[in-house]
Amino acid sequence: MTTRRLADESVQPASFAFNSENMNWAEKRISLYPAGRQQSAVIPLLMRAQDQEGWVSRPVIETVAEMLGMPYIRVLEVATFYTQFQLQPVGTRAHIQVCGTTPCMLRGAEAIREVCQNKIHPEPHHLNADGTMSWEEVECLGACVNAPMVAIFQDTYEDLTPERMEEIIDAFAAGRGDTIQPGPQIARQFGAAASGDTTLTETPTAVREKFVPPAPPAEAAAPATPAAPPAAAGKDAPTTAARPKDVSKEAAPAIKGPNDAVKVSEAKAEAERKQADAEAKATGEPNKAMREDATGAESKGEAVDGGKAPGKPTATEPVEGGASAGIAREVPATKAPAANPREVSPTRETGGPLFDAPEGPKDNLKLITGVGPVLEGRLNALGITRYEQIANFTDEDISRVDRALNFRGRVQRDDWVRQAKALATGGVEEYRRVFGKDPR
Amino acid sequence: MLADKDRIFTNLYGRHDWRLAGARERGAYVGTKDFIDSGRDWIVNEVKTSGLRGRGGAGFPTALKWTFMPKEGAGDGRPCQLLVNADESEPGTCKDREILRHDPHHLVEGCLLAGRAMGAHIAYVYIRGEFIRERQRFEEAVQEAYDARLIGKDNVHGWDFDIVVHHGAGAYICGEETALMESLEGKKGQPRLKPPFPAAMGVYGNPTTVNNVESIAVVPEILRRSGAWFASIGRPNNTGTKLFMASGHVNNPCTFEEALGESFKDIIEKHCGGIRGGWDNLLAVIPGGASCPIVKAEDIRDATMDFDGLREKKSSFGTGGMIVMDKSTDVVKAIWRISAFFKHESCGQCTPCREGTGWMMRVLERMVVGRAQKREIDMLFEVTKQIEGHTICALGDAAAWPVQGLIRNFRKEIEDRIDQYTWSSTSDGAVPSIAAE
Repeated sequence: MTTRRLADESVQPASFAFNSENMNWAEKRISLYPAGRQQSAVIPLLMRAQDQEGWVSRPVIETVAEMLGMPYIRVLEVATFYTQFQLQPVGTRAHIQVCGTTPCMLRGAEAIREVCQNKIHPEPHHLNADGTMSWEEVECLGACVNAPMVAIFQDTYEDLTPERMEEIIDAFAAGRGDTIQPGPQIARQFGAAASGDTTLTETPTAVREKFVPPAPPAEAAAPATPAAPPAAAGKDAPTTAARPKDVSKEAAPAIKGPNDAVKVSEAKAEAERKQADAEAKATGEPNKAMREDATGAESKGEAVDGGKAPGKPTATEPVEGGASAGIAREVPATKAPAANPREVSPTRETGGPLFDAPEGPKDNLKLITGVGPVLEGRLNALGITRYEQIANFTDEDISRVDRALNFRGRVQRDDWVRQAKALATGGVEEYRRVFGKDPR
Repeated sequence: MLADKDRIFTNLYGRHDWRLAGARERGAYVGTKDFIDSGRDWIVNEVKTSGLRGRGGAGFPTALKWTFMPKEGAGDGRPCQLLVNADESEPGTCKDREILRHDPHHLVEGCLLAGRAMGAHIAYVYIRGEFIRERQRFEEAVQEAYDARLIGKDNVHGWDFDIVVHHGAGAYICGEETALMESLEGKKGQPRLKPPFPAAMGVYGNPTTVNNVESIAVVPEILRRSGAWFASIGRPNNTGTKLFMASGHVNNPCTFEEALGESFKDIIEKHCGGIRGGWDNLLAVIPGGASCPIVKAEDIRDATMDFDGLREKKSSFGTGGMIVMDKSTDVVKAIWRISAFFKHESCGQCTPCREGTGWMMRVLERMVVGRAQKREIDMLFEVTKQIEGHTICALGDAAAWPVQGLIRNFRKEIEDRIDQYTWSSTSDGAVPSIAAE
């Protein structure tokens, strides 16, 4: 954040009005936004006013506020928040914005800034002696491959050297800014390499070749060993490495159906990859964990190495998750890890289930944010198997569950009750409507 | 390496006509009506098949994001909306600029198709305030499309669609999706708390999906050539082509389109003429825009340039904007400058970020000259951990990561500098040395 204040009263003009052309433009602009949302036009209007006057003064802010039916303070907030608005007079012939952020700094922006300091004023935002020029250092202007660069009013001047910068300042100071061609100041076409194009050397056409998928590689089709499960079915299985943390079912094509929602543990996947890598090294086989089957937490060691690693029991039937690595395969959900009785037993204080488990099929409690396979096992052991049960929790129930699972308030913190209500009433659709995201 | 026939942005360097006629010659608007008629599920599925991940930095699957939009409107008459994030402000990134000024019809057509895919009849395109010429260019392209009845009411494609071009006024934070919405509504760009998520309640309280310019602009070509084509480029989970930018100490900084999954060395050799002073002169690279942790030369050289490849190097692919530093670089100062950037751009809403960014910048400023204690390095690292994850939006994280990357990779550099400063001050007599007494 930078403190930005309006200019001193002594330099504020008495009044401001858009000229007729800009007034027409402003009315059109306001009409672009939905009825009652004319406030949206505040930035464009302030910018237009700045184009007309050179800077944003107090009367500008008041006028725009009145045009849009906004309180003055809201427009003042906008004018001081957005750093492109100049809050004090700038040079009449040029206000030079020097980009000083790292990419430009690496290519010599500091030398460009020094030129401005020497030729205009040692301090930014100060006018030179005859009031025609001013400069400031700004943050990234978005022309990093053309660094170093400056912006003067609407145009950018790129690929600068200190000598060229001096010429540009001289030209603008003499009122001949239009003699300087904007854009790169060296022989170069926009963002293309200065040494010549490395891409797009052919003339583009409207013709598109029909895409023919390449034949699958031969080695993928051949089974590695007769006894091995057919794990090598293709290279299409995605890795889980860079998947967003709130990955949902659709993002993980290996996971089908709401019952299979499995929290992809990145740490676990990483550990498995490393293990597979080590095993692959030991056997001299390439590590397939990255290419096949790497479905994260639900892929087992056997599935990853295809049963080939020495010392592993050879799978006699397709291993869970390893049957076929394509998108279409049905991957069963990971079973909740066999509960360690000492750790899982939620009833060690109370000596039995807290609730009567209702008849009928169990709901997939893992859809509730905060509940994983282990926790689901614990809840089931407490007698909680249905969404309705959680949705109807009383405060007392919550504290009982809390105590039994040593939760310190996680039920409320993760808002299980509201989540379960949504899931109980309308399933995943309803959950999406209420929370604006997929469960898990 | 990608062949020219597989490139999507065929006018990247502005060597051809950007107007509608020129765009049509390069294949724009071919088959658009068929795609629209095929329905939203078909479009979403094709994009899902392509494996397209958002090009704005986070890499979230684009098709998945679209499915978050309510199927039958919001159910209460609220319209669905597309919001295109053209507030490209990440230092090191300048790809959307080229799309807006040289291939604007890619984006116009992409908005229409993405709008169909999420049931939206209106798109807001929020362009950063500094891109004035780019905005004017894009506004012209939109006007051309209206005049040719490609978009608008009763257009030839049979899907009513409006595009409103909006702009900001120089705030990096407005690249964050909820800050973008606040800004579009005419307020300060301060991020909102989530939930409610934009897909439930976005701009003007209506369901909104926010996508990066590049994510939207590649959609027409994906549909024209099939999602399988896009998925055949790159490697699984990191598919397709991407605009890369190389800035800093390469021989020829430039923007180029390349397949994902190539090695850093290969693409720099091919497109940028190598590192200034040769590969032995490479010090470090910030691989995906300023907010990504810095990677040392020996790690980056053979790194695979895609989402997973850079994650393995404990950094991030971000936007594909590579900031290259050779051995002449004062790396502490380079990261200090990034910290200054984040200090300048913090919106001031959350205390850890507002105070922390300035604090980090001031400590680093001292470390640039070595005027610090060695224990302060650990303290600085600790403070970055206090900022990361404790703010509403990701700017706090983005400010913390470069500093963490610096300490992780260049701790010795900082310590040497502190030693040097202490040594100088004692030998100059500013501090009485023990030996002298």
